[in-house]
Amino acid sequence: MSHAKLKWNQYAILALVGICAPLGDSFLARGMKQLPSISLDHPLALVAAVFHPWIAAGILMLICFFACYLTALSWADLTYVLPTTAFGYVIIALLGKFWLHEEISPYRWAGIILITIGVGFVSQGPSLTEKETPENAEVQP
Amino acid sequence: MMCVMMPPPLGTGGVNPWLAAAMIAGVAITSTIGEVCTAAAMKSIGDLDEIRARSGLKGAIVAVLTCPMFFIGVGFLALAFFALLLALNHLSLSLTGPASASLTLVTNAIAAKIFLKENVDRRRWTAAILVCFGVYLLAH
Repeated sequence: MSHAKLKWNQYAILALVGICAPLGDSFLARGMKQLPSISLDHPLALVAAVFHPWIAAGILMLICFFACYLTALSWADLTYVLPTTAFGYVIIALLGKFWLHEEISPYRWAGIILITIGVGFVSQGPSLTEKETPENAEVQP
Repeated sequence: MMCVMMPPPLGTGGVNPWLAAAMIAGVAITSTIGEVCTAAAMKSIGDLDEIRARSGLKGAIVAVLTCPMFFIGVGFLALAFFALLLALNHLSLSLTGPASASLTLVTNAIAAKIFLKENVDRRRWTAAILVCFGVYLLAH
């Protein structure tokens, strides 16, 4: 089946899934830390929080992530797409190291290596589970 | 009477550790249900690239928006989003992000095998566990 190996534009969509999700999470975290503590007694305060600029930027990144994620799920398995999303954490950590000159501890380097191996591992396999359909089912005598 | 005070775990910001665990579990459970429903919806719709090539972007959007399972998935993902906002408001990102992401990876692999009948072979289990530990270590 043509879905077993991905095309370059499909890898680009998976890369966008990986980059947009952690960026969106970081923006959300920054926005939420600037707000006063929200209790479960006032759940509407959570809805009002979406109008904060950092949270709005985070939501925009997450909408981009979701569009790419839906596209990826239409031609790949969930268990294939999900590990690749974690690769975004590696990109963020490497950006912190080489762009913002942050220190990366040995634990983080170990984490980066494990995620890279894990994503490399899953990407070597087929992207979609073959389903038994009337077209590809063997004809029993 | 002597009272031994245990320090709160790192990253919980003084929140009861059981409440912190419940918040992270809430994110993972709602996120898993949402992702499994969304994946089932997208599989039932078919390859979006092919639909877009055949019927244009509008056709692809209509195909997605006319699938009821998609809205169930989005509903649970919205719940997961608000559960994440709540958790981030009380706990640090370095705890909430990796913990919920790691837990979600494992619960998704189990749910995908049971409900989506995906072929979660040894390769995918190994990848899920490696990424899970990797995300945990990245938080340190």
